[in-house]
Amino acid sequence: MARHLLFNLVQVLVVMGVAPLAKGVLVRLKERVQSRQGPSIFQPYRDLRKLLCKDEVVSEQSSWIFRFTPYIVFAAPIFVTLLIPVLTSYPLFFAFMGDMLGGGFILALAGFFAALAAVDTGNPYGAVGASRTRMVGFLAEPVFMMVFFTVSFDAGSTIPYIVQQVWVSPPSNFFSPSHVLVVLSFLMLIIAETGSIPVDNPSGHFELAMIDESKALEYSGRGAALMKWGGHMKFFVLMCIFLNVLVTPWGLAGSLHVTDLLMAIPLVLLKIFLFLLVLVVIESSLAKLRLFRITEFLTAAFITAVAAILTRLLL
Amino acid sequence: MPADVFHSTVTQLNALMGGFFLLSCFAMVATRQILACLKIFVVQSIFLAASACLLGSLHTSWHLFEVAMITVASKVILIPWLLRRSISHDIYARREVSQVFNIPTSLLMALALALFAFFLARPLLPRLAGPSWVNLPIGLLGLFIGAFVVAARREAIPQVIGILAMENGVFLAGIAIASSLPLIAELAAALDALVVTLVFGLLASRIHSHVGTTTVGDLATLKEE
Repeated sequence: MARHLLFNLVQVLVVMGVAPLAKGVLVRLKERVQSRQGPSIFQPYRDLRKLLCKDEVVSEQSSWIFRFTPYIVFAAPIFVTLLIPVLTSYPLFFAFMGDMLGGGFILALAGFFAALAAVDTGNPYGAVGASRTRMVGFLAEPVFMMVFFTVSFDAGSTIPYIVQQVWVSPPSNFFSPSHVLVVLSFLMLIIAETGSIPVDNPSGHFELAMIDESKALEYSGRGAALMKWGGHMKFFVLMCIFLNVLVTPWGLAGSLHVTDLLMAIPLVLLKIFLFLLVLVVIESSLAKLRLFRITEFLTAAFITAVAAILTRLLL
Repeated sequence: MPADVFHSTVTQLNALMGGFFLLSCFAMVATRQILACLKIFVVQSIFLAASACLLGSLHTSWHLFEVAMITVASKVILIPWLLRRSISHDIYARREVSQVFNIPTSLLMALALALFAFFLARPLLPRLAGPSWVNLPIGLLGLFIGAFVVAARREAIPQVIGILAMENGVFLAGIAIASSLPLIAELAAALDALVVTLVFGLLASRIHSHVGTTTVGDLATLKEE
């Protein structure tokens, strides 16, 4: 039991420590594809250290929401980390505290507070960004629900650790149409939720075109660092759910040995690196959609998820 | 490989091909561009051929391999070539074609059709117990969505692609029901599709050279003159 708890904490530390690196690798790879040098892969760490050392400026007009939001945005992915398989294939101490729906709610809570904080300061770009994120969010919500239903029908459970086992045991399960379609749909969902290119441009600095970035424009110093770090961790956690539960449910630690756990870390990082390569290809080969075409993108994701549940339930 | 593992794997792969076929039906509704629509049709035909091959290897039936070969020859190579030739330059320049409904609405309508097709096929499924049971509902769905594409597009060439997609759906359902259709019937069906494409393509290019457009919605206004 003590070891379960310890491993759970190791998971959290890995996610906190490696999440900025994943972001750095993604940025670097994208720059290399565009035949530029690109910043070092450790740049996100330097950014975080710089921001943490700086003073924080808070507008007098803002309320407590503005000051609390960075902590909520930072803490939400950590709570989700406790619920999902990051390194181990067996349930850890906190695994039964909440299911995938619970994890989705926690991430949605962080998004809700981030949107409130963006409106709170009275910065016009904040309100624009908040309303746009809400638009993407409420279109992504039905997709998430459909993916969730399909996955839990397949597995007969809503706990991610148990769901993950379903696609491992008979290998033919892995090729079932519902699984493949759910993977496609979840990939589109991740692109929408993390603000990657067909939906949003994460490296753009033009305020009128921003969706996700414009919410944190008013933050400085420690607040900005926590918002950024929380964003990195959210991205990392979503990738972990996608890879460890849906796409490649192999290579996780199967026993309680510490060596197994340590072996799982490089394997998970390798999986994430391969996924980042795929993401870079997607991001570099597509153009950003116009705002009102995001509806079409997410409708396509929704239809894919419904097709998955149709092939699961009606066939 | 043990026989039962082979059987379950091939069944699952066939179901996967069915899933991709289903997805390509929806993709045909979702795309705006004519060339993308044509590419999706080619991909859909490849999934059809793959499903026929898988079922053929399962039943050890040469007929299904022949179906796959005919599909590849006619729908992956000949028909796209014919259609590409009949697409006018005006459409290449415009790229996007108008639809009766916007894309999310037409996708949701296609979804309603899909549900209808599944419920229609459901009572028949127990009679088809075997590896090919996915093909019937998905083929039926391909038929309905093809008809929907014909109704919802306002351009001649995508409508032809819709008719061909209906034909694909019928084939997919057909290989589930009759795994040993005589070759002559398969050939006749494939040739039929080819001739249909040829006639429609010729007609579309003639209309284009006379009227200057192949937008079906605009053609109705010409009747008075």
